[in-house]
Amino acid sequence: MTTPMVKFDKVTKRYGSLTVLDSLDLEIAANEKVAIIGPSGSGKTTVLRMLMTLERINEGIIYVDGEPLTHMEKNGTLVPADQRHLRRVRGNIGMVFQHFNLFPHMSAIRNCMEAPVNVLGMPKAEARERAAELLDMVGLGDKVDQYPSQLSGGQQQRVAIARALAMRPKVMLFDEVTSALDPELVGEVLNVIRKLGSEHNLTMLMVTHQMGFAREFADRVCFFYGGKIAEEGAPDEIFSNPENERTRQFLSAVLEAN
Amino acid sequence: MQLRSLAICAIVFFTAGLAVASFAGFREFIPGLLEGALVTIQITIGGCVLAVVMALLAAMAKMYGPAPLRWLAVAYIEVFRGTSALVQLFWLFFVLPHFGILLEPLTVAIAALGLNVGAYGAEVVRGAVNAVPRGQWEASVALNMPRTLALRRIILPQAFIAMIPPWGNLFIELLKATALVSLITISDLAFKAQQMNQTTFRTIEIFTIVLVMYLAISILITVGMRWLESIAARGIARGRSQ
Repeated sequence: MTTPMVKFDKVTKRYGSLTVLDSLDLEIAANEKVAIIGPSGSGKTTVLRMLMTLERINEGIIYVDGEPLTHMEKNGTLVPADQRHLRRVRGNIGMVFQHFNLFPHMSAIRNCMEAPVNVLGMPKAEARERAAELLDMVGLGDKVDQYPSQLSGGQQQRVAIARALAMRPKVMLFDEVTSALDPELVGEVLNVIRKLGSEHNLTMLMVTHQMGFAREFADRVCFFYGGKIAEEGAPDEIFSNPENERTRQFLSAVLEAN
Repeated sequence: MQLRSLAICAIVFFTAGLAVASFAGFREFIPGLLEGALVTIQITIGGCVLAVVMALLAAMAKMYGPAPLRWLAVAYIEVFRGTSALVQLFWLFFVLPHFGILLEPLTVAIAALGLNVGAYGAEVVRGAVNAVPRGQWEASVALNMPRTLALRRIILPQAFIAMIPPWGNLFIELLKATALVSLITISDLAFKAQQMNQTTFRTIEIFTIVLVMYLAISILITVGMRWLESIAARGIARGRSQ
């Protein structure tokens, strides 16, 4: 079997006495598109945040492309990773946030150039060219010099996607990327993600409330409940024929709301 | 708009002051007081530069430094914020020589005031850095930036804008505190005023001119800070007002 691109090996996350993720096992193959759904507080966003190293894990190990992320091998045992190791492995991952988190003091193109130039050491001209290409790909070729405050939410989120792609990640994480958008702006962002899925070799992991999109786009859907994967499978199975009682309740509640 | 009216205000004040002075026989005091004002301005500028440098260093050490540096920063902030500027001035001027360190009065003045205001400034810097939304740090991590890079390129530039108004206050505080240096033999504006007062007893004229001069300098500081704020915020605010 080939090495999974991402692997959670019995990963546990606690906040004080509250267990957010309970011994999670999850493997994601290269180029696989996985949608994570579930009620709020089920730990789904925490999965992405741990993978991005924004949250410490309490137990277990996360592997990215076969390498431990927050640990490294030393004399045959795994010890907590140093900054160098962490940054090297983390370089495989990019993330898009619910609230965009663009840098407000930089234009769209500078947002997309900052990390390639200062982290990857790419020459400015090359970074600019590539950033322009990426902004063009997300449909913002005419907005490169605009500042975030001059862009709509949907446009900002597309800049954020371009910014993450500029670092050439192998894995892209999408954390409820349409939840903060007005309904009429959701489509333009989802279209960009669709395009990414079809044109790029990217492993994608998304936490979403867009059930229609998850069903159409994902290869696999994981339903989280109480810090565990309560049910997972192909989208058609999960959405048409959920086996778990919790999944059924959740899906009917979501459908009712829509 | 506000900026321009303030600048006009400062100029009007200053010329009105000079006009009144020249009519009412204030004129003889002007050259001497201007000399003093020049010293006051020197100390203010030197003190402000030192204060900003110290504030940045202390805030960074307190927030991100290893333990010994952190303690040093905390000690610096507490000592210089918690004791009187006058005593600090005297300490540097009269106590240090006992340990064999003899400094020029002007150096002592700039050091004492700069260190004093820098201690307050450190908390201003810390507050402004903490006020930058956490999402900005998270985006920096997601782009694999080392912490120092994120701080330098992402966090501090945003914090800088929030810092400007409180720094304006601190600079004006520093300007006013320069009057203390007359007590360590420096001929600043306050010193000159007292000296002239003692020889001429023209109290009303002298201290009115001095008042106007301090006011004019502080308005200049305000104008400068507003101007700084307007350029610093240009990028972020662009489009927001549309």
